[in-house]
Amino acid sequence: MNVLTYLIPISLILGGLGLAGFIYTLRSRQYEDPDGDSRRILSSEWDDKPRTD
Amino acid sequence: MTALTTNGPASCPGCLAAPADRVDPVLPDAKLALSLPTIHCQACIATVEKCLNAHEDVRAARVNLTRKRVLVDAAPGVTARDLAQVVMDAGFEAHELDTAALNQTQTDAAGRDILMRLAVAGFAAMNVMLLSVAVWSGATDATRDMFHWISAAITLPALAFSAQPFFRNAWAALRAKRLNMDVPITLAIVLAVVTSLWETGLSGKHAYFDAALALTFFLLAGRWLDARARSAARSAAEELTALEVPRAWRIENGEPEEVNVSVLRLGDHILVRPGARAPVDGVILQGASEVDRSALTGETMPALRQAGDAMSAGEVNLTGPLTIKATAVGVDTSLHQLAALVAVAESGRSRYTSLADRAAKLYAPGVHILSALAFLGWLLWSGDMRVSLNIAAAVLIITCPCALGLAVPAVTTAASGRLFAKGLLVKNATALERLAEVDTVVFDKTGTVTMGTPRVTNWDSLTPSQKALAYALAQSSSHPLSQAIVQAAAAEGIEPAHVSAQTERPGYGTMALSEGDEVRLGRPEWIGAETDVQGLCAALDQGRGGEPLLITFEDSPRDGAQALMQSLKGQGVEVILLSGDREAPVASVAAQLGMDSHAAEKLPQEKVDFVQRLTDAGRHVLMVGDGLNDTGALAAAHVSISPAQALDAARAASDIVLLGQDLGPVADALATARLATKRINENFTIATIYNVVAVPLAVAGLATPLIAALAMSTSSLTVSVNALRIRGRT
Repeated sequence: MNVLTYLIPISLILGGLGLAGFIYTLRSRQYEDPDGDSRRILSSEWDDKPRTD
Repeated sequence: MTALTTNGPASCPGCLAAPADRVDPVLPDAKLALSLPTIHCQACIATVEKCLNAHEDVRAARVNLTRKRVLVDAAPGVTARDLAQVVMDAGFEAHELDTAALNQTQTDAAGRDILMRLAVAGFAAMNVMLLSVAVWSGATDATRDMFHWISAAITLPALAFSAQPFFRNAWAALRAKRLNMDVPITLAIVLAVVTSLWETGLSGKHAYFDAALALTFFLLAGRWLDARARSAARSAAEELTALEVPRAWRIENGEPEEVNVSVLRLGDHILVRPGARAPVDGVILQGASEVDRSALTGETMPALRQAGDAMSAGEVNLTGPLTIKATAVGVDTSLHQLAALVAVAESGRSRYTSLADRAAKLYAPGVHILSALAFLGWLLWSGDMRVSLNIAAAVLIITCPCALGLAVPAVTTAASGRLFAKGLLVKNATALERLAEVDTVVFDKTGTVTMGTPRVTNWDSLTPSQKALAYALAQSSSHPLSQAIVQAAAAEGIEPAHVSAQTERPGYGTMALSEGDEVRLGRPEWIGAETDVQGLCAALDQGRGGEPLLITFEDSPRDGAQALMQSLKGQGVEVILLSGDREAPVASVAAQLGMDSHAAEKLPQEKVDFVQRLTDAGRHVLMVGDGLNDTGALAAAHVSISPAQALDAARAASDIVLLGQDLGPVADALATARLATKRINENFTIATIYNVVAVPLAVAGLATPLIAALAMSTSSLTVSVNALRIRGRT
């Protein structure tokens, strides 16, 4: 059962990473324009280098 | 300039003071917003952004495809109208939006807050559930204790953050000495955590950490659904308001200058162009014109106004330019005085208690008494405090209104989504429940069941030469009756007669020379025609001293009005026409549409009284209206609908906004609302059945945390699936 010492922290950290990632996307307003974002990826406008802003 | 003055930091103190209650726009830098109703793909996004960024004064432009608008950060001095022109030159339809009216930030922030709490609760619930599964499948002794302690370490901070809305609401309700759904929720969460901690401290077998978290998660999901559905409707309603940029032409040093309505002061001279709405109350200094008062009184017949006459805010100038001197601005205008009427009428409606609150009122004391009885019974029988408290916590958790909390929001979200697709914005949370109870529908006439645009009725009795002459004279005027003649003639493909030296006499009509003779089209009194016609009419003077000819008009009913009345009557609902217009046109429209009864020449206060009398007689009234004269009645009715073309004040006073020209969706709304209420009641029944089955187990002390988790999840799922059935039915 000693394996639990590793497994429980690992599962908590992985879950926590997911949560942190979600909170980051929420904070950086990535859910403001779901339709637009799914369309923008199809445009070849900024394929060479990302837009600077 | 206008959009800048409402937001820019460098504008005058007056501009800063007036729109004080407005909220900053979404992007802190975005100064201007345009509505782009036709964009639909990545190519549109790229083109619009490229053409705006190419403009030298634009710092950044970002298209939002979901909301179909673009936010632009531009140098001071650039107006939204300039940018709209830039976008239109690139081939897209663009309308400027009043950024001050878009306070989407507030609703969005509330939605984001709930989503954040939902995510934390979900994360914690999943982890604790994993640990609980291990305990349920047979972990014992030190392992079980360790799992319980880890669960506690996750649960306590997670609940402290994510269950805050429930704690706060429950506290507010208790302080006001009321009970709402949040009181049993809070009690269940707190009691579950306390007994679980106690049990864990004594190395006990059962802990309810997972139940407390799952409960929070499901209930937050319900709240989030609710918030999202309303935010979608509110955002669309705000967009309608933002499209009407409040502007006026103020005359300074003899030159008209475009300014924001909020900076107008008493005594300012304001130019009201033909087709524009008067921004303030005033006295006409110069000019003569016909004025459309239908928004204020419901009359379709335009009134004649000359220098010295008074003009109220909200009236539309039709024919000639008018210069008015402001006698009342802002909140003092007659338009805003109606707001007082709305406030009075609304106080009656706030007495409505939602289905969820009614259920909570029955449910909350019952659960508390049951749990207290279980606690006392076990304490007396076994004398063991720990066992009794455990039982009491189990009863509270099992009966906790998890399904009840989801029952209403899941149904209203599904139903509002379905109505949204049909062009109805449900702005108010309890609007659907109230709509389902409706047994009487009161319609306003002008602009609601009729288009507010007249149609010629005796066109066929005119000779071809008369038609051609009327067409020629009507062509140059923007008066609605002239427009109706133009429409009728154009539909028949008639060539206009040849006339010369055409002039418009604002307020009277138009005149011209035809083969050397003077011909005129306009008010019957001006031409000298005898009229005994009730309703709209114009006279045509064909010159050569001949008898003037009368052309009569009527207001044409909206698309779907006839079918709507039939369908409403089929549903057993009484339909009434209530108008400020004169008796004859009201009676004729009511007869034409087959409405049960009608009432004419009603002032705004009389409309409120009319609705109030029906309410006092035990009726549940749905008011459908668009004018300022309807705002009081809209607020006084049990539930209200206004078309999107209605004035801002009327839309604000109503619960549901109808997009599009067709009235048909009103019948759908009624049917969907009834279906939704049926589903809500079904959901309450399902939740009750679960309780009836599970409560005896809990009271008998047989409810393990596993049974609690199963009962909670299955009842929540059943309720949500039952709610989603509304979507499928067409």
